[in-house]
Amino acid sequence: MLLNQFLLLSAVLFCIGVYGVLARKNGVLVLMSIELILNAVNINLVAFGALTADVGGEVFALFTIAVAAAEVGIGLAIVLLIYRNRRSIDLSEADLLKG
Amino acid sequence: MPTVFATLAPSSVPTSSTVTQSANWFLENAWLVPLLPALSFVCILFFGKRLRYKGAELGIAAVALSLILAACAGVAWLDHRDNFVLHNTTDAGVEAVAGESYVAVQNSTQWLQSGGIEFSAGILVDGLSVMMLVMVSLVSLLVHVYSTDYVSDDKRYTHFFAFLSLFTAAMLFFVLSDNILQMIVGWELVGVCSFVLIGHWWEQKPNSDAALKAFLTNRVGDVGLLIGVITLFFAAGGGKTFDTIKINEAIVQGGVSHSALVVASLCLMAAVMSKSGQFILHTWLPDAMAGPTPVSALIHAATMVVAGVFMIARLYPVFFEGMQIGGSSINVMATIGAVTLVFGGLLAFVQNDIKKVLAYSTVSQLGYMVMALGVGAWTAAVFHLFTHAFFKANLFLGSGSVAHAVHSFDMKKDMGGLRKFMPKTYVTFIIGSLALAGLFPLAGFWSKDEILAGTGGWGLFGGTGGNGTYTFHLLMGMFGAALTAAYMTRCVYLTFHGTYRGGHGQHHEPHESGPRILVPLYILSGLAIVAGLANLPPGFQLVNNSWTERFGHFIEPVGSSYFPKIAHATPSWSLAVVASVVALFGAVAAFYYYFVKVDRLAKTTQQSLTELPEGLTESNALAGAGHKTLVNKYYLDHIYERGIVAATKGPLARAAYWVNQHMIDNAVNTTGETAVKMGRSMYDLVDQGVIDAFVDGSGRVSDATGEELRQINSGKVQNYAAILFAMAAVLAGAFIIIFAF
Amino acid sequence: MSFLAALSADADIVVAQNVFFAFIAIAMIYAALRVVTTSNVVHAALWLVLVLAGVAAQFILLGSEFVAVTQVLVYIGAVVVLFLFGVMLTRASLGDDESVAKEKRGMAAFVGLLLFAVMATALIDTFEDNRLVVEQPQSVSTVSDAIFSKHIVAFEAVSVLLLAALIGAIVVARKD
Repeated sequence: MLLNQFLLLSAVLFCIGVYGVLARKNGVLVLMSIELILNAVNINLVAFGALTADVGGEVFALFTIAVAAAEVGIGLAIVLLIYRNRRSIDLSEADLLKG
Repeated sequence: MPTVFATLAPSSVPTSSTVTQSANWFLENAWLVPLLPALSFVCILFFGKRLRYKGAELGIAAVALSLILAACAGVAWLDHRDNFVLHNTTDAGVEAVAGESYVAVQNSTQWLQSGGIEFSAGILVDGLSVMMLVMVSLVSLLVHVYSTDYVSDDKRYTHFFAFLSLFTAAMLFFVLSDNILQMIVGWELVGVCSFVLIGHWWEQKPNSDAALKAFLTNRVGDVGLLIGVITLFFAAGGGKTFDTIKINEAIVQGGVSHSALVVASLCLMAAVMSKSGQFILHTWLPDAMAGPTPVSALIHAATMVVAGVFMIARLYPVFFEGMQIGGSSINVMATIGAVTLVFGGLLAFVQNDIKKVLAYSTVSQLGYMVMALGVGAWTAAVFHLFTHAFFKANLFLGSGSVAHAVHSFDMKKDMGGLRKFMPKTYVTFIIGSLALAGLFPLAGFWSKDEILAGTGGWGLFGGTGGNGTYTFHLLMGMFGAALTAAYMTRCVYLTFHGTYRGGHGQHHEPHESGPRILVPLYILSGLAIVAGLANLPPGFQLVNNSWTERFGHFIEPVGSSYFPKIAHATPSWSLAVVASVVALFGAVAAFYYYFVKVDRLAKTTQQSLTELPEGLTESNALAGAGHKTLVNKYYLDHIYERGIVAATKGPLARAAYWVNQHMIDNAVNTTGETAVKMGRSMYDLVDQGVIDAFVDGSGRVSDATGEELRQINSGKVQNYAAILFAMAAVLAGAFIIIFAF
Repeated sequence: MSFLAALSADADIVVAQNVFFAFIAIAMIYAALRVVTTSNVVHAALWLVLVLAGVAAQFILLGSEFVAVTQVLVYIGAVVVLFLFGVMLTRASLGDDESVAKEKRGMAAFVGLLLFAVMATALIDTFEDNRLVVEQPQSVSTVSDAIFSKHIVAFEAVSVLLLAALIGAIVVARKD
């Protein structure tokens, strides 16, 4: 196996995730796309860990999974709050930063 | 407490490290000094409200004990400095190390370990930290006592004392740190305490705004602090160490690349600018006066704001090498300090709030310290830090005493003539003012004179020999001295002289404060008189030579392994006399304006006046414009709030239009007038044809650009994210192109 | 050396691994595309399950069994369920998310492709034919030893982070 096949797979997943973050209007779907990005990163970590025979890659993949779980929890709480305040989770309507 | 001593100075290092682990008990166990207020913070928080004096007694007891321990450590240090002989263990046995005996005491233990890197926690006790310990705990104790009266009927009384304790603990912890990571912890802790105490009366919007402003401005500097610390971590001492001594030693021995030091010193300088209120990041400090006055005295005058100065002094090799202080004639640090001291002094002159006068004065005096460090006058800077703490705390507490009586800080509306009502406060305030103005023989005179001598710019009658010839900085320092004397004269007149202007709707006349306010004032003004004697200049004829330069001898780590070789300027009689005359001139000018002219007019018109009606500002357009600029604090806040924040929104087009109207049109007119002489046809051709087209075109282009840029600011997060990702991709692509192909 | 030529010059066992990899990878990419394009939110969550399972399978191919198991437990077991709860609590229109503006899609696709082009160039240029040799999986005890000795501080930091997230989620989402 080549290292690159994993890295390229991860790059594809990452870019699909970026597309989702940018194009989706539904807040929950944006969060799902972020999960795709995080998983792409994890594949990278584990692949490099296997390349260097270092357990650190796996350890940090585990940390990423833990952090991602926390992120989903907070992210969904924020989406709920947006929904409660605006009766919609359409992110394109949330534009209070408009200059 | 089990202590694992850090391994110090590997044997491969050629010059041995002048650090010891075993010394006098008080020096080895100086960590007790910050521990006591920390414990008192916890205790006050949990039990404070149930105690008889609502927690104040715990705080006072803890800080008093700290002061005793610190004083013992101070006495122990005096003995240690002169008599300690460092021993090195070699194969041949234990032998004494010859040479200078400035030996710091370090006592550290492993804090944590991660990824193969060890993080230690420990104390570094030398003259500098011992001096700070004594100074901080002394001022803190006086402020604690003062506060029991000043905030006696506050609804968050216990909370106030808890945070005073925490602040004291954090500041003591900061000055004792033996590694830069620990310094960051202390740095941020004092920042948090400052934030909480500025916002002590957060119910009023300006107070919570001021607290937020202080917090956010300091975050700007923290970015620099973090980058600087990371740079030092990787660059110094073979890398991967936070230990202050090791970093300093590596730099002194020349083992660190100069470019890394430039980056580190500039980044740390940003941190100093925010914490120590140096020009352009100083704007939070005057606003911080929204906090209670004891807090202003302790945190925003005597201790916390000098944290930046302390950090420069502690990591002096970084700045000395990074800024090339030795042997250059101008550098960033000295110039920032010089600009700050003059601009701060000018701003102090136009404030009506007595605390704001003192706040800008603090900015100005901090400028003196930074400038002194910038020109290589290490001892002068630290000595000024020491004396400034006493007289500025004295002045702040004095202003608090006045405000306690008249329930206002506004000198023009509610003060005046208070000399009759509060004679004791008046005397202490006068002493503090004279010390601040630097008049012989009070504390400020000696420290300020040393700074001026340290610039090495006084080549006229001898007295050079500093690290370079900083003539510009000497002149700025002189000007600042005159300003200081002038604004303090104004402040004293407006507060204590003339007739009383306050008392609107009040039932009683202002009265003198109680003993818990006055006693700290007496002690501080006493120190403001005598503190300068700690470092008499060498060659001072009136006393024996063994009495001169005691402060420098005990504090400055000259000859230790972690301090750069700096040159010492020789003090000069002529400079001292000239500087005093300049300061006196400032005082006399202000005295003449206020005490003579305004006073006389006030007597003839039977009014209470604060300025001459046809004063300088009205009669002279230029002076008026200058005055307006000063009142608006150089418009810096406007620039921050409107300029930087709003410029992204859309007035780019307007700004371009303004440039168009004012500058390019002027150019057009000038060209036109020249062209008239050359001939009408030429005029028509050049002006109407080419330049107008250019002007109109540029106007239209900038207008369109502004309109386009406004579109980007849609407020839609996903658009921002798209730009972010695309720019990251472009940047990464650029790196690939640069490095791979 | 071209990417495909390097790929085909392997021994038999490795060829089998490569076939599995290709199979799973294609399924994952298709599922991921469906996650970001499907109009039904619940369907998107289910497609996400497929991607996550694929990632777990890749972890096994890479010899990281413990991470693979954790991936299944935490992601498929907990995170996806959380998403479904989120869908229900926000009563997001289950039917469609069709109203994605056309120009927005174009912009997002452009940014995605740009990123991919940059990353692919860099990866192929840097790790041209670096080979992975996975002889036997990492044992769980090695992983745990590393977590609780070398990376103990990071571990503690993550546990504090989880606590903060727990409290933060409650504070943000509660009604008051």
